[in-house]
Amino acid sequence: MRNFIILIFILITSSLSANEWEDKKVFSNGKNTNSLSILSSTDTSFFAPIIKSFLDKYPDIKIEYFVTGTASLDEIFRKSPEKYDIIISSAMDLQLKLVNDGYAKKINQIDHPNWAKWRQSLFAFTIEPAAIVLNKKAFKNIAIPKTRQDLIKELRSRSTFFRNKIGTYDVRKSGLGYLFATQDARTSETFWRLMEVMGGLGTKLYCCSGDMIDDLVSGKIAVAYNVLGSYAEARKKKSDEIEIILPADFPTNMMRTALVSNSSSRVKTSETFVRHLLNTQTEENNDKTHSLPPLFLKPGQQTIILEPALMTYLDKLKRKTFIKEWERAIIQ
Amino acid sequence: MTSELKVSGSLQNRLMFTLISGAAVLGIILFFIVRGYAAQIAQNGQDDILEASLSSILDAVVIQDGSVEVDFPYASLSMLDTELDDRVFYSIYNDGILISGYEDLPLPEKINTEISIFNTIKYKDTNARIASAKRILIGEKERITISVSIAQTQDALSRTLNRISKNVALFGSGFFILVTLLSYWATATTISPLMRLASSVTKRGPQDLSPFEKKVPSEMYPLVTSLNKLMTRLDLSLKQSEDFIAEAAHRVRTPLATVRSYADATLQRVTKKENRDALRSMVRAIDEASRAASQLLDHAMITFRSDNLQKEPINLNDLVQNLIDNLAPIAEMKDIELKFKQEDKIELFGDFILIQNAIRNLIDNALKYSPYEGIITVSIGTSPISFLEIHDQGPGFPPKDLDNLTMRFTRGQNSNGIVGSGLGLTIAKDVANAHGAKLQLSNHEKGGACVTLLF
Repeated sequence: MRNFIILIFILITSSLSANEWEDKKVFSNGKNTNSLSILSSTDTSFFAPIIKSFLDKYPDIKIEYFVTGTASLDEIFRKSPEKYDIIISSAMDLQLKLVNDGYAKKINQIDHPNWAKWRQSLFAFTIEPAAIVLNKKAFKNIAIPKTRQDLIKELRSRSTFFRNKIGTYDVRKSGLGYLFATQDARTSETFWRLMEVMGGLGTKLYCCSGDMIDDLVSGKIAVAYNVLGSYAEARKKKSDEIEIILPADFPTNMMRTALVSNSSSRVKTSETFVRHLLNTQTEENNDKTHSLPPLFLKPGQQTIILEPALMTYLDKLKRKTFIKEWERAIIQ
Repeated sequence: MTSELKVSGSLQNRLMFTLISGAAVLGIILFFIVRGYAAQIAQNGQDDILEASLSSILDAVVIQDGSVEVDFPYASLSMLDTELDDRVFYSIYNDGILISGYEDLPLPEKINTEISIFNTIKYKDTNARIASAKRILIGEKERITISVSIAQTQDALSRTLNRISKNVALFGSGFFILVTLLSYWATATTISPLMRLASSVTKRGPQDLSPFEKKVPSEMYPLVTSLNKLMTRLDLSLKQSEDFIAEAAHRVRTPLATVRSYADATLQRVTKKENRDALRSMVRAIDEASRAASQLLDHAMITFRSDNLQKEPINLNDLVQNLIDNLAPIAEMKDIELKFKQEDKIELFGDFILIQNAIRNLIDNALKYSPYEGIITVSIGTSPISFLEIHDQGPGFPPKDLDNLTMRFTRGQNSNGIVGSGLGLTIAKDVANAHGAKLQLSNHEKGGACVTLLF
């Protein structure tokens, strides 16, 4: 592979800027005839390899990559859809609603499996599990829980140890956290029992998977529920402090999705990028080369389905009711 | 006499055109009816699902702690998932105030509690089907009305419709092709009795004026009946004229014979040269007239007998030999030698009198046109087929008259000064035709006429 000198400008978010970006990077080879701006909820380190391989093929394109949380991403994009060409998010429900509301462009030339797309406008490119992540030291002498019920039992039997040492998403702030929570609640009552137990033990709430994993590694918390499996996996490669459990009772898998803004002025380039993204993520190569989990459905594996029903919990009344109930359980 | 008949169109084509255009019109009407019906069914399907979704939302409305909660199930929207991922919009109103959903989604003013109402609207630049209904809840203090609208785009519906249209069009075309083939077959079958009648008319001989007796379809009955009547009338009038001629000839012949015998007797007594010449001319004219009369009689008899042949076995050699013997005195008058070449024996099955008459006429002709001291050869043979040939040394047939000489009263251009009625060859030809034989006229390469009968 040819080595391009890739200039990466890391711009430290100015406090004066309109949006509070978690991260903002510009990828360029120096010759910029075209540019693309990507609004994403995916951490730069996971997405950069895909952008780089794209720039290897199309060196005269400049890519601006903006990272923010799923909920604020939805807000920012709805406010100014013409500013961004491609939207990438792990909150499938918010993404689907964007398409339903007419914010996405149809890309007819893309051949993608039916279950991994919606209206030929929203394209899934990863399958990622929601995981229970543990600090290994905390579980040194005890059996590692395999299911949610196991976890509930464990938390109850060692309540003093786990007090204030549990973490999960703050579903009020994180779109992905809300998606995981609602899908869990839809599947099983166990979710509410777990929330109640966690609430009773004083649970820390996080905006993002990254922060939760940081605290797990440092030992601030011992258990984190509904962490993005892919992020935890990446961290585990660096430091073997954590254990990742995919609950055996019912796994929750989500798909990261991309769409092209309907108000984009650079449709051609955007479509080329999406095609590259999907090719990269569906290529039958060694898993190690994927920076993000590829889009392969293992036999028996199920994911949250891309269907209009995803909008159910986005309903104002439903959301109010759910959050009220969630708060009642977890904030005691 | 035969004028060119004008053709205006074809019955078969007209029938086929009517059938095919009828099928085309029917096909098009059918296409629109089926398509309309399919559209209605498809629309009803969508309406049913919208209604189910609508009622599941309305059912979920509860008043809890004085506030309205609409905890509708996942299935409310899940059931609206379509093959083509149609978009879904909804709005929930509490006493006319939007409490959730899309605020710009229109809510019909008059909605019933019992029955959902359906509309097709333009929403967000696309066609959508919208269903609306309301529900009244009685709380502790107040009474509230919840109205819900739920809309779905029609991508999957239009694809289904297009698919149905395509299939219906395909079936319609197939039906049309089938009808075209069937109508071709039907018209051909219908028209075939007419064709059969035409060909049987064409195949008839010129003398055959008998009525058609085969079964014909009822539509053709008047035509064939008229044709038969026409032919009967024609036959009758032909027969009447033949009879008239025969009668006339017969009546003329007897007085002519009387006149001739008187003329002969007078000739013996008259001595003056100019008187004798005049009498001789008279005798010749009388001869000519009586010969014509007898040939007319012959012809009438032949016409009559042709229709009712009295067939018997005939030895042609003997017949010809007899004729030659009978005609020898006339030949001797002109010093003509009559040769008879019998290569083979020919047995025929036919009307003796007719055949004898025909051959006599032919030899008679040869004698008339043959020069003094000439030779007339009558040959009979069987190779390649049975034939009788009469060859004289006369002037032969004028080549341009060859085709017409067998017609009645037609005489060759070189017949001046020779007694004749122009019926001899006609008689021979009619006899030949009646027996299925052929009369051929030609000129011999060394001069002289050559008449051949091919049996």
